[in-house]
Amino acid sequence: MRKSLLALATGLLLAGSVSAASAADKLKVGFIYLGPIGDLGWTYQHDQGRLALVKELGDKIETTYLENVPEGPDAERSIEQLVRAGNKLIFTTSFGYMDPTLKVAKKYPNVHFEHATGYKRNPNMSTYSARWYQGRYIQGLIAAKMSKSGVLGYIGSFPIPEVVSGINATMLAAQSINPNIKVKIIWANTWFDPGKEADAAKALIDQGADVIMQHTDSPAPMQIASERGKLAFGQDSEMIKFGPKTQLTSILDTWGPYYIERVKAELAGTWKSEDSWGGLDSHMFAMAPYTNMPDEVKKMAEDAQAAIIAGKLHPFKCPIVGQDGKPVECKGGDHLDDGQILGMNFYVKGIDDKLPGK
Amino acid sequence: MQLVLEKRAERSGTIALVSPLIAVGLTIVTMVILFAILGKNPLLALHAYFIAPLTDGYSLQEIAVKATPLVMIAIGLSLCYLANAWNIGAEGQFLIGAVAGSWIAVRTQGTDAGAWVLPAMLVLAAAAGALYALIPAICKVKFGASEILTSLMLVYVADLFLDYLVRGPWRDPHGFNFPTTAEFDPVATVPLLIEGGRLHLGSIIVLLVVAAAAILLGRTIKGFEIRVVGAAPRAARFGGFKADRLIILTFAISGALAGLAGIIEVAGPIGHLQPGISPGYGFTAIIVAFLGRLNPLGILVAGLFLALTFIGGEQAQIAMKIPLDVTKVFQGILLFYVLACDSLILYRFKLVFPNRQVARGAG
Amino acid sequence: MELVEAIILSVLAASTPLLIAATGELVTERSGVLNLGVEGMMIVGAACGFAGAWLSGSVFIGALFGIVAGVLMSLVFALMALGLAVNQVATGLALTILGVGLSGLIGAGFVGERITPAVHLHIPGATDIPLIGRVLFGEDGFVYVSIALVVGVWWFLYRTRAGLILRACGDNHASAHALGYPVLRIRTFAVMFGGACAGLAGAYLPLAYTPFFVPGMTAGRGWIALALVVFSSWRPGRLVLGAYLFGAVTILQLHAQGWGVGIPSQFMSALPYLATVVVLVLISRERSGGSTAPAALGTVFVPDC
Repeated sequence: MRKSLLALATGLLLAGSVSAASAADKLKVGFIYLGPIGDLGWTYQHDQGRLALVKELGDKIETTYLENVPEGPDAERSIEQLVRAGNKLIFTTSFGYMDPTLKVAKKYPNVHFEHATGYKRNPNMSTYSARWYQGRYIQGLIAAKMSKSGVLGYIGSFPIPEVVSGINATMLAAQSINPNIKVKIIWANTWFDPGKEADAAKALIDQGADVIMQHTDSPAPMQIASERGKLAFGQDSEMIKFGPKTQLTSILDTWGPYYIERVKAELAGTWKSEDSWGGLDSHMFAMAPYTNMPDEVKKMAEDAQAAIIAGKLHPFKCPIVGQDGKPVECKGGDHLDDGQILGMNFYVKGIDDKLPGK
Repeated sequence: MQLVLEKRAERSGTIALVSPLIAVGLTIVTMVILFAILGKNPLLALHAYFIAPLTDGYSLQEIAVKATPLVMIAIGLSLCYLANAWNIGAEGQFLIGAVAGSWIAVRTQGTDAGAWVLPAMLVLAAAAGALYALIPAICKVKFGASEILTSLMLVYVADLFLDYLVRGPWRDPHGFNFPTTAEFDPVATVPLLIEGGRLHLGSIIVLLVVAAAAILLGRTIKGFEIRVVGAAPRAARFGGFKADRLIILTFAISGALAGLAGIIEVAGPIGHLQPGISPGYGFTAIIVAFLGRLNPLGILVAGLFLALTFIGGEQAQIAMKIPLDVTKVFQGILLFYVLACDSLILYRFKLVFPNRQVARGAG
Repeated sequence: MELVEAIILSVLAASTPLLIAATGELVTERSGVLNLGVEGMMIVGAACGFAGAWLSGSVFIGALFGIVAGVLMSLVFALMALGLAVNQVATGLALTILGVGLSGLIGAGFVGERITPAVHLHIPGATDIPLIGRVLFGEDGFVYVSIALVVGVWWFLYRTRAGLILRACGDNHASAHALGYPVLRIRTFAVMFGGACAGLAGAYLPLAYTPFFVPGMTAGRGWIALALVVFSSWRPGRLVLGAYLFGAVTILQLHAQGWGVGIPSQFMSALPYLATVVVLVLISRERSGGSTAPAALGTVFVPDC
């Protein structure tokens, strides 16, 4: 305990001296985080992005973050505090910061804002997110190949479109390999509760699932799957440490390149409000190395990844049949359009579960 | 050697005034040590925590905004605690109030409903909060079920109920299925007091509530009854006061205030109903109630002070990169010192040596 | 059948931290002290427990670290609530705030590390008996410790003189004091026992449940433990029942979702809490008035000397 405190103190000391050295004319860039920077998941990855930014442009910018900012009434104040502290470009990294960010953005037209995973924009407020469903599609292919029981276990956080589209992409891919594949879905109703996520993973395995997929943020499901000798996919970050013989791959949030790009634009005076919804081709996220699978499966996954990047493969390629047996309207030509994916509120055929809130 | 408390013949007025200052002094000393260990400049840190937020109008407004729900809830809780009724589920009553009030906002959305909307929301929220608080109160009075437990359990239930509503039936139809209602109409929004700021009508309402509580406790029979039932239950029984009825009453009042605080937060600073509308206000308010010594004016001061540490903590995080955990430790230590020093009002501290001490029976 | 066994195993694992923490708090409350800071002591126990295990490479040492951390936290509480006669509810809540902050500071250096979790018992033959083998002979050490703790506490409270005195302090501190018992010292020990248990329960999470540390990993389990004590009406036997019931509802609602029972998951998640309220009302009603709470629970005692 003492040792760690000392280590921590030294660490903070170093951090302090770095910030003290910063000059006043540096561009100030602020971040608002939902969790603690040590959550090993969502916030951790955003902070890794921030650190990549510091590494790349550390001599021109100064970064500040506020962690553990709840998505309630405090968010607006926290964002405004960053503005008042002189930050000129502010990243708000959770969906729930959408309205507070917009309110503050309207109040301070000379400050630029970047909101993650939302859909409201302003001349000084961009949005950015990643097409994680592409990664989920690849995972679905692998899962169907690797599952012996033909039952996949899926731990959901909340039935929002991002998660629902992930489940659908997984199942569409899995069905293309094995038309009879089943998925069992458990909603944990939390983004982050290692104990509960572990319990959900256990329940899924006990009910016959042999490949565990998660859309919650802790490495607990991976660790349980590893303990039980099953397979699993990581989430947000590299989780292979928690399942060296278990992790097939993981969807890695890699915000660094985007942050660097946007800050460079800000420095150059070319920043403008945009809607960036980056796929695998944009480096907004990446797939962790494909591990614990035969070479042919690995090759299939890599081919699919290449096809998606090349634009030859679209996870939501029509025709798509909904759970009710009716075909889904195809607004994007030969695939669903972005609006349909961003607001996805239906299951595809073959999912036995009922979508909550429907 | 042993620490012994000796009861003062009467409350010490001087110490009542001085003790918060001693507490702040001790906190400062402790934090200076902690900051030094963490390698932060202690003077700058203390400035960020205590002074900087008080030096500009913006931060002062934010302190008032943050303190508003805390004080509102804590006033209600203090009545409960004075009457020896242990409502620790104000968080749940806060959420249910927010839900009930939002129901009107959601129902009237996009219609030409007039100025009656906001008052109706406030009334319904208070009523719902009171009813929700009555569940533990009635379980206590009728069945003897511990109100501490039932009120706490109902927090989780309220939280999940709200969650269900905003992810299901009340979801904004144009919001890409994200879990939130649409932004409330202007008639369903708590008006702001200062252009460009965040100070809202709720801060005025809370001042009225503080005044009303002061009058209730200081000048009415009911207030006297509440104090007696809490302080001397046996005397109260002889005096013909009905403890059960007071439990129901104080729970209802505190539930109503918590519900009111809930809808004011939602229809004020937030502007729509969503999950996570409360960063634990209902629990923090319990501390505010005790920091304020269960006295309405004391609670007002305590609420503002605690709000100051939140705002200051944020500014320290920005200005000096002090981790949030340090702010939590700082808050915890501060609370301990304030509570410990308050003990001086009622007791004298003495160090005695056990071998000289003769065990004596106490009455 | 295998599924039944698996569910029972999950239920036991989910219930164990609750049972350990609640057993400690039961003893604390039986002595007349209400310590609402269980969550704070648990989370510090989790951080220190993981730190200890990671530094030493031993789960056992980690558990000891957790216990010591819990005791230290509880001593802060004892100093305030017993030594300085401060209101116990406020002190307990403040302890939780402090604990959350401290655990974050302590644990910051260990985030992302992992350890080998506590081993499970394996007795060739016995552990392989279908249905009951793994449940009875294949648990990790914490599960057996939790059972031993409850039995020990039951024996202590009802079968020893010291237990009788402790209960006397909780029921009427003035009389206990008049009889010459050192009320505050007894209560201090009870609070420390509560802290030790909370620390151990917290340590269970990163040492056995999910072998890594993340801030906030107790996720409200300390509050549930508090609720269980009241639910048990301060009796060790009922505490076991309550903890396993709570664990069972938690696990079964996850299974129900996997089976595709079409009820909104929020309602399923709310079930354990509603069940607790309902059962509590039924139990309280059965007793027809007169609570079984220690009469002096949560009240301040200042010896008159």
